[in-house]
Amino acid sequence: MPKPSKVQLFHTCIINEVYPEVGLAVVNVLERLDIAVEVPLNQTCCGQPAFNGGFHADARKVARLTVDILSATKGPIIIPSGSCGDMLTHQYHMLFADEPAYLEKSHALSERCHEFSMFLVDVLGIRDLGAHLRASGPGVAAPKSAYHPSCHLLRGLGAKSQPQTLLAQVKGLACAEVKDQEECCGFGGMFSVKNSAISGAMLENKMRNLEASGAETVISCDMGCLLHLAGGLHRKGSTLKVKHLAQVLDEGMSGR
Amino acid sequence: MSHFLDRVETALRDPDLKTALGRATERLGSRRSVSLDSLPDSDAVRDMARRAKLGLLRDLAGNLETFEKNLIKNGVQVHWAEDGAAANRIMVDIAKSRGCKRAVKSKSMATEETHLNHDLLEAGLEVLETDLGEYIVQLAETTPSHIILPIIHMTKESIGKVMHEKIKVPYTSDPEKLAKIARAKLREAFLSADLGITGANFGVVDSGALVLVSNEGNARLVTTLPRVHVAVMGIEKLVPSLSDLDLMIKILARSATGQKITTYTSLVTGPRREGEADGCQEMHVILLDNGRSRILGGPLAEILGCIRCGACLNACPVYKNVGGHAYGDTYPGPIGSIVTPGLRGIKAWKELPDASSLCGACRDVCPVRLDIPRMLLELRKQAVDEASIPWALRIGLWGFGVAASRPWLYRAGAGLFRWASGLMAKSGWIRKLPGLAAGWTRSRDLKAPAPKSFQELWRQRPVRPAPAGKEAAPVR
Repeated sequence: MPKPSKVQLFHTCIINEVYPEVGLAVVNVLERLDIAVEVPLNQTCCGQPAFNGGFHADARKVARLTVDILSATKGPIIIPSGSCGDMLTHQYHMLFADEPAYLEKSHALSERCHEFSMFLVDVLGIRDLGAHLRASGPGVAAPKSAYHPSCHLLRGLGAKSQPQTLLAQVKGLACAEVKDQEECCGFGGMFSVKNSAISGAMLENKMRNLEASGAETVISCDMGCLLHLAGGLHRKGSTLKVKHLAQVLDEGMSGR
Repeated sequence: MSHFLDRVETALRDPDLKTALGRATERLGSRRSVSLDSLPDSDAVRDMARRAKLGLLRDLAGNLETFEKNLIKNGVQVHWAEDGAAANRIMVDIAKSRGCKRAVKSKSMATEETHLNHDLLEAGLEVLETDLGEYIVQLAETTPSHIILPIIHMTKESIGKVMHEKIKVPYTSDPEKLAKIARAKLREAFLSADLGITGANFGVVDSGALVLVSNEGNARLVTTLPRVHVAVMGIEKLVPSLSDLDLMIKILARSATGQKITTYTSLVTGPRREGEADGCQEMHVILLDNGRSRILGGPLAEILGCIRCGACLNACPVYKNVGGHAYGDTYPGPIGSIVTPGLRGIKAWKELPDASSLCGACRDVCPVRLDIPRMLLELRKQAVDEASIPWALRIGLWGFGVAASRPWLYRAGAGLFRWASGLMAKSGWIRKLPGLAAGWTRSRDLKAPAPKSFQELWRQRPVRPAPAGKEAAPVR
């Protein structure tokens, strides 16, 4: 695909409500690449909470709105989340199995949907954005960061290397090795509420491994996982910070 | 049975369990990947195995008919059992009419499913599990907690204690000594048993052969030493031909234990024939439905392609934390979360499909690529449609659907939550959520919504000049 001059942003509900700075970072990175960003207003949520809970009728209402709003736009749709990206590209087909009109629309839509890191690497063919993080002082070692591959991005969308490829090119950033890196953090949407004890145990394992890696920051492409991790880290008073990949790239590109 | 969350709490409080599970599943997981890498074209083999299994299921009735014909041709007597009680009744009838008194068993999850041992004991028969793990489980009067490692939940110390208490041998925690003691006990039993009971890993349609794979070799003794052999197998355990069996054998042990092949692979093709040196005098196969044909007709049909390797258990972060007993029935882990509600109905088992973060690790490792997350989602839908779901949750998600499909209402709701969370939050974090959401704040804080949403900030952003030669500024 030739580089598009314009993309649509599906900003996800967690970014909209809790982490708006991540949305802005995504926009900044794309605009620095001379890509204009449009935000289809009136978008709400992809409907995943209801869908994963088994409430298909309720999820369908939300999904129809999302399909309608996004179908009315043109160009690639950028989704800064593996989870919502997987929902839009794969799960809508299951949801609309008995609704041919929307099934067809959602198939067309899934062709246009791209998770943020996959868009940069697979569509634009970018490996190095020239991002450079400045050391916090002279003689200070580069901060170590840990990458957390979110399950839906890794296994749902099959992004096995794209975020790591981009991170590896950020100068002034060292990547930490994390034990059981590909294991789920235990969020799983309503899973964290309905099965809070198991979810808590999974979170505990994940935090222990992240802290043992010596990283200062956990970087991921899903604010769902990061909301969950940040909540656990805050509860235990950890100094480990969480960041979306877009924030790291944005900071690096602005020379911060 | 619906005390899943209670069983989880108990499991999570057991530090030994977590240690035992963590070590074993990690070892199995890494062996699995090394071993699969050693198989040339492992991806293609998995695809072919999947095709063979699912293709067979499409005409299961026809395949069963052919299989039955070939079994009979081999001199095997065939019985059909609609449910567990029927299977057990058939077994007891065979035992009694043949004057059998002592049964030895090996390799059978199907009889775990039907609680056969209970019925045999009730009918006055002695019954002994001969696979080491199952033997310990039987002594401890509990149930297996893993498909291939039934006592994955026990430490060697607790095994030593059970053997000391139940068979009065001196206490030891040395695994080798324990295995030796058990082996001596079991050898006696093999020689005095008159009924051998097994399951079957596979039934080969075109030859009527029963396939048993094992590492201990007990299955061979159970099928050959006693004068009567009865195999109980689920009706789905068929493979079309020996060349398909080859695919299954290639991936089964690799996925299960990380071995290229198990120590023993036995193909049983009927009772002893004239002039043969060993084998039973009489052989029966009980084909067990017990809910399988109901699964076959529905959206979970592909679960019947499961070859019971246990790889999904070892990969599952939920299983690794809670162990097999939390799942409450014969089949634990991700596969159990589908098989159990599938066989027994969603109503009494609606918690199981929720016991997953849908991380997809199970689908990644499944040798026949079963789409386990999809089936879990399907079952969650069935639970909502058919089982009793808390009203608060129902109303909550109905409200979500109504609001999130009307942007103005959604914004109003988000604004309301922003306001309410402002009251609940301290320096941007909520430590305790009320009602249904309380589960979240049990083990983590919740970051409060930002003062302004992304869309609000977006609207307030100064308009940027269009890049030279490009179209107009980003549309707001």
